[in-house]
Amino acid sequence: MKRRKFDVAQVPANVGKGVDDRFQAATPLRGLLNKVFPDHWSFLLGEIALFSFVIILLTGTFLTLFFDPSMKEVPYEGSYSALRGTMMSAAYESSLNISFEVRGGLFMRQMHHWAALLFMAAIVVHMARVFFTGAFRKPREANWAIGVALFLLGFLAGFTGYSLPDDGLSGTGLRIASAIFLSIPVIGTWASASVFGGEFPGHLIIGRFYIAHVLLIPGILLALISVHLGLVFKQKHTQWPGPMRTNANVVGERMFPRYALKQGGFFMAVFGVVALMAGLFQINPIWIFGPYRAAEVSSGSQPDWYVMFMDGLVRLMPAWEITLPIGDGYVIPPLFWPAVVGLGALTTVPMFYPFIEARRLKDKASHHLLQRPRDNPERSGVGAMAFTFFIIATISGGNDVIADKFHISLNAMTWAGRIGLVILPPLAYYLTVRLCLGLQQHDREVLAHGVETGIIKRLPNGQFVEVHQPLGPVDDHGHPLPLEYAGWVVPKKMNRLGALAPAIKGFFFPIEKPSEAPVSPGMPPVSPREEREEITTGR
Amino acid sequence: MTVMKEGAHGAGTKPVDVQDPRLSRFEIVREGARRDDIEIVTYESQFPTPNSKAEKRVVRTIALFFLLSGAAALAFLGFYIWWPWKFELGNTSSDYYTVLLGVTLGVSLFSLGFAILTWAKKLLPHEVSVQDRHHAPSSDDDRLIAGQTMAYVVDELGVQRRPLLKGAIALGLAPLGLVAVAPLVGGMIQNPHGDDDPMLFTTGFKPRDGELIRLTREDGSPIRPDDVSVGGQITVFPGVPHGATNEYADSPTLLIHLRGGDAEKARAALDADRINQGVMWGNYVAYSKICTHAGCPASLYEQQTNRLLCPCHQSQFLITDNARPIFGPASRRLPALPLEVDDEGFFVASSDYRETVGPDFWERP
Repeated sequence: MKRRKFDVAQVPANVGKGVDDRFQAATPLRGLLNKVFPDHWSFLLGEIALFSFVIILLTGTFLTLFFDPSMKEVPYEGSYSALRGTMMSAAYESSLNISFEVRGGLFMRQMHHWAALLFMAAIVVHMARVFFTGAFRKPREANWAIGVALFLLGFLAGFTGYSLPDDGLSGTGLRIASAIFLSIPVIGTWASASVFGGEFPGHLIIGRFYIAHVLLIPGILLALISVHLGLVFKQKHTQWPGPMRTNANVVGERMFPRYALKQGGFFMAVFGVVALMAGLFQINPIWIFGPYRAAEVSSGSQPDWYVMFMDGLVRLMPAWEITLPIGDGYVIPPLFWPAVVGLGALTTVPMFYPFIEARRLKDKASHHLLQRPRDNPERSGVGAMAFTFFIIATISGGNDVIADKFHISLNAMTWAGRIGLVILPPLAYYLTVRLCLGLQQHDREVLAHGVETGIIKRLPNGQFVEVHQPLGPVDDHGHPLPLEYAGWVVPKKMNRLGALAPAIKGFFFPIEKPSEAPVSPGMPPVSPREEREEITTGR
Repeated sequence: MTVMKEGAHGAGTKPVDVQDPRLSRFEIVREGARRDDIEIVTYESQFPTPNSKAEKRVVRTIALFFLLSGAAALAFLGFYIWWPWKFELGNTSSDYYTVLLGVTLGVSLFSLGFAILTWAKKLLPHEVSVQDRHHAPSSDDDRLIAGQTMAYVVDELGVQRRPLLKGAIALGLAPLGLVAVAPLVGGMIQNPHGDDDPMLFTTGFKPRDGELIRLTREDGSPIRPDDVSVGGQITVFPGVPHGATNEYADSPTLLIHLRGGDAEKARAALDADRINQGVMWGNYVAYSKICTHAGCPASLYEQQTNRLLCPCHQSQFLITDNARPIFGPASRRLPALPLEVDDEGFFVASSDYRETVGPDFWERP
């Protein structure tokens, strides 16, 4: 029998053939490998959230191997001598053991916590990017709403997570959560009793929060993140206006090889930053707080940063109690407004913003080109207003620490927050709108007159004028022909027009002769220089 | 190393036969891009010539970062295995365990990331591609077909024409839906008013079998009036089994020994109140420590101003005036615990709190 000759070079081709025979993968794979992504640093903010989420899943899974979500009281017998002999819940004991008895456990705990903080921060910054550039407009309204929902889910995941160690700080957080449930009109006491399994704190809440924190919320998060990314993929990414860019195309790099490689490198960099933070910066040192006791709390009890806005709103709320004089009287406590109505409104109303804006502008078109924040002053103003509100609320969440460190009266801080919350957001709106209009006007000015060269010319009559470099062609008198604004950066410095000599590469000595360097290293202009006016007419 | 591909135009160019053996690999790739409506506008090396000095330098940099990543990872493993990690009190080398893990892992991952990023950004050719978005909706025909197909499904089922089915479906599925919800609701729901001693209105100080409950310290020892110095305060718990644990989370109470003048003021204010009459014993007054706002312990006692401050949301209560809230979000005063001293000279609560303890809620009378 003749043996067939085995050709190693043919193996990949044969495997490929075999796979395609079974799964018909080649055609969709071609589209995937070829997909074009536009590139801009601000498109990577959401990636930070995604990568942090992966880190949270990895480290969180490690932590579950050692955590005991039980509220049974046990005496502590670990190596942290200050607490030895103290009665505490098994949850707190196992959290201490992760920190002290598990090799590298504290590192994992801190990595988990830092990644969670980074996750929420990246979500907020990514959201700001999407909002201020109008990336939420049709057809991406649904993805915007999903993103807002992801913030709320991240908030809940964070809250359930930092309740789990059952230390003094997290127990205080749970106490406040129970008070928030109690404050709901009509069903409050029933809701609190049902969630806690009786009177606060009961014996069940850690177990219930545990399953919510490790299964239910991450499950929903994972599903929504998948839909979020799937929609980005399906609807294709938005892009900035610019040369060649239109509402009907995507200008950028194909996914492979360069784009995907950059994503991988970026993931590792984010992972590295989280590892550095986890090693160098202590976070949530639960052994200092001791086990939760209903009678004990320390000053400077702050939640994680993304909960501070709610805590701040609760602190600023005036003591307005609503009493309904029916029967024995019914009460709506002041806590209800910031904690239930406030959180509910702040996490649902923004979902509808794309529809509100489209309705106001009677805009039914699909938008794939981003807008610079200055080109939609009202939207930028609304965003500035929202962020001012959020920042004042967040600062007020730590107003006792600020009062302490800067020797300010605590009551003055509270009043400053109350007044600031009312006055500053409209002020931020006004300033932002004026700023946007000013920037718009300056863009138009440069387009009409050219770039300031810094060269001062003296006319025969003694008058001094500055010479302007027109950005486009000029008429017979040498006056620039008016250019249309294209929604993208207008060059405003001579350096941007090539007045600056190309940079010479090399640290100690030039690695290439200056004469060899191209005019714009590695990036010759896409269109010839003479037709520069085309750059500004991207649409 | 890829060199500049001249005339790298896709969508605008004519299709080529990819089976043609003379085609280069890039030409096949470009044809693939063309079929996906992608025009590769530029695809050019970042270096003027292959194997240039600049390129070799970038390659060396990338290699260095990969090696650094490996070295830092080895260092991580070394520290992980051999560095003393067990916590010990005092300044020991184990204090640096987490720091060393973080720095070595961070450097390793960061170097790897930097190596990959340098590779992608400096070594790979620059590219500008343009892809059609194809954001046009489905064709009118397709929309019509999809819509009609769904309408057809509804027609075929004929629920509209068969009212009996309509009713039967509603009556059949609604109870089944409730069955799905019932265990969750039924299992979790708790009646907050169900107990003989309704939990929202009872604390550990409620007299048991006619016996008044003593005020005790955290260790369970009872308290004599002499134990609290003038101007001093102490957190007390009900003297019942587990009275100082979270089983009685709403019972912690602040026992305050007021100075003479303040005590007169406080007594006058308390006795003028319908509910708080006679709660003081001597110059002693006891208020619930659980804040009426969100339930944190209002534990910061400012002796000079006689204010009690809750550190969670900064509600402030005036001790000399029925612990009335004078600042912050709390809207309700701290309930006072009526005090007495028993035959043996220890503090007891002459009854449970006369007002509801803890955060406010809807049906509080």
